[in-house]
Amino acid sequence: MSRHLLGLRDLSVTQIQHLLDLAQSYADGERPAGILAGRTLMTLFYEPSTRTEISFELAAKRAGAEVVRCDVDRSSVKKGESFVDTVQTLEALGADAIVIRHPMAGAPTLASQLVRCAVINAGDGMHEHPTQGLLDLLTVSQRRERIAGLKVALVGDVLHSRVARSALWGFTKLGASLTLVGPPTLLPPLLPSSLFPLPSQVTMTSSLEEGLQDADVVMALRMQLERQQHGYVPSLAEYARYYAVTARTLAYARPDALLLHPGPMNLGVEITADAAYGPRSVIQTQVANGVAVRLAVLLWALDTDERREPPHSLRELGAERGNAGTRERVAEIPANRPLPVIASGASRSGGPRGDLMNNEIATGLRPSQ
Amino acid sequence: MGLLIRGGRVIDPATGVDREADVLLAEGRIAAIDASISPGGHHRVIDAHNLLVAPGLVDMHVHLRDPGQTHKEDIASGTVAAVQGGFTAVACMPNTIPPIDHPTVVEYVQRRAASTGACRVLPIATITKGRLGEELAPIPTLAASGAVALSDDGDAVKDAGLLRRAMRYARQVGLPVIEHSEDATLSHGGAMHEGTWSVVLGLRGIPAVSEEAIVARDIVLAEDTGARLHVAHVSTAGSVALIREAKRRGVGVTAEVTPHHLLLTDEAVGGYNTDTKMNPPLRGQADRAALVEGLLDGTIDAIATDHAPHTPEEKRVEFDSAPFGVVGLETALSVLLTRLVRPGLLSLMEVLRRLSTTPAAILGLAGGRLELDAPGDLVLIDLDRRWTVDPAMFASKSRNTPFAGWELQGKAVMTIVGGEVKYSDVSVEVNA
Repeated sequence: MSRHLLGLRDLSVTQIQHLLDLAQSYADGERPAGILAGRTLMTLFYEPSTRTEISFELAAKRAGAEVVRCDVDRSSVKKGESFVDTVQTLEALGADAIVIRHPMAGAPTLASQLVRCAVINAGDGMHEHPTQGLLDLLTVSQRRERIAGLKVALVGDVLHSRVARSALWGFTKLGASLTLVGPPTLLPPLLPSSLFPLPSQVTMTSSLEEGLQDADVVMALRMQLERQQHGYVPSLAEYARYYAVTARTLAYARPDALLLHPGPMNLGVEITADAAYGPRSVIQTQVANGVAVRLAVLLWALDTDERREPPHSLRELGAERGNAGTRERVAEIPANRPLPVIASGASRSGGPRGDLMNNEIATGLRPSQ
Repeated sequence: MGLLIRGGRVIDPATGVDREADVLLAEGRIAAIDASISPGGHHRVIDAHNLLVAPGLVDMHVHLRDPGQTHKEDIASGTVAAVQGGFTAVACMPNTIPPIDHPTVVEYVQRRAASTGACRVLPIATITKGRLGEELAPIPTLAASGAVALSDDGDAVKDAGLLRRAMRYARQVGLPVIEHSEDATLSHGGAMHEGTWSVVLGLRGIPAVSEEAIVARDIVLAEDTGARLHVAHVSTAGSVALIREAKRRGVGVTAEVTPHHLLLTDEAVGGYNTDTKMNPPLRGQADRAALVEGLLDGTIDAIATDHAPHTPEEKRVEFDSAPFGVVGLETALSVLLTRLVRPGLLSLMEVLRRLSTTPAAILGLAGGRLELDAPGDLVLIDLDRRWTVDPAMFASKSRNTPFAGWELQGKAVMTIVGGEVKYSDVSVEVNA
């Protein structure tokens, strides 16, 4: 039996925690040798990738799986073969799992409706990048006792970022509060919390200073360089002037704040070298954790993880149902219950500009303060 | 020899009649309506006990794809779909290939309809040549050849100066201008309603203001020119408010809404189902509520399907790649009866009025009413009939409905056009 990983929105807290525990064991050096022997992983990337594609390949090889890369530029896609036909062809050729990166949101979801093998989303349009979200969580969890109660700031092009969406679901499900920071044109028009009650608080602001205040984790998001042409920002320089994460602006955050970036970086735009290579940066650790996370995801998706916890396929489980009976080390955290959240300064004044831009929306139940 | 429909519950929104009566059709027209009409031995008799007898439904907004895209639909298949849904007349949009921007294309549609159509087909002609928004189409000639309205549906007329001149012509020839209200600079690249769901799904949004900006502009132009403006497929609360206010001022504006915008919201897009992708998109809950309210208070005049067929192959793609549009002719009446009339949101009489009398009046048609000498266009409805929407059973060539699998109650069981039975459900007894 196989399971699809389409997004962190679909996963229960227990499932996320299970994947993180499994990934941690590989990060700690556990050998997965041979677990996936006889299995075939195919990667189908409609967009370029270094980290994601290579770490999926490495993970599969370390577990003994066969890996086939479908090179979109040299495949029948160039002859006009549709996405649907391509996915079905890969399954007919014997794929046990297909890893898909696609510029259009929902493409892996469509694939999952057409095939019986596992479909793993490696980034779809502006929707989700769940393995990135997991490795972000893993990176933070390695350095902090617990994610619940942390304050996480996502800075930059939140609107177009699939990394931001996966981080939003992942961090809030584990109880961290989130602040989305960026120019008004690059923030979403609304927060998902108006539909999906989240267990912790999500706020938006266009003031970097206010957004980073008291942050335990700062994640700078990649700026697409063509945003200027499309009129989202006056210029990259203007953007950098107000929103670049630098050693100086990082000082708005807590002194021990962790700095993350999903890569590839535009140095001098959303992040500067003094921050990216500075003492707080865990960007290289993120990359290194990529293989461990993808190993865990592959084993989970192909249902070969020995410490199997979710008994049924993800689709049968449904998104909201957590499941009992886990023997994981972390206590059960129901997805729908408010968690203790560090008071995140909703009423703090952040200067005149911050006050104007602040669009604080409390979600779920606020902790008593 | 006539057609005698006996014992049905006759409902006529035009006159407010709602009583048991017999209806006699002869020579294509309504020859008599009376409490009891004697069969006289020379009429074909239909037993309509336990059935509603209503004016044939009029859909003022369909895409028949003919000429040019007949793999999706053609005049024959589209009109069979229409009569299966209880429609006796459909007005077809001119975004065909070639577009209906010349009298020869109007005549083509009329000829095909006469030879292969199951119901009346009323061509709508373009506002601009080639539907390109650059030069005026030959509006007086198109009107003389039988076009019932003008529209560049699929796009708004971007150039306000050109639209203003088109409206002056439209006023002179007495045709309504039907606008697809969308400012493409605001909606560009969008695939669904801009709101919480577009954020969650990572799809580019089509903001409500992209519709409202054009509705506001067009109201001003209609007021200025005195032309009759008809706003197609209204989808937002803001548009409803603008139209309500314009009507209060006495501007010559009418509006339509689709069953899917009345009954569904952007939440339906949640699984990236491309059969929920249409333009304008399914909006938020507040918009949906405003549309129902606008229909109730008369701000919105008509219900139209925007029947927009696309093949399963065209729809079985990534959400962004899929074409906009859903079919609606075969489900409209039943979904409205089930979800608006049954829960008591709208009366039976009002739903039938918005599906027949008002669209007929907007297009200047003789139908949409049950009175002596009116066209013999009727629909017989079984309010109790239960059925489940199975797209595989559609008469349309396409299957792209957002209502697949819905369990419905109430259905057109016989459709009569010009005194001839064009559709009859097997279980309706017809005595020779």
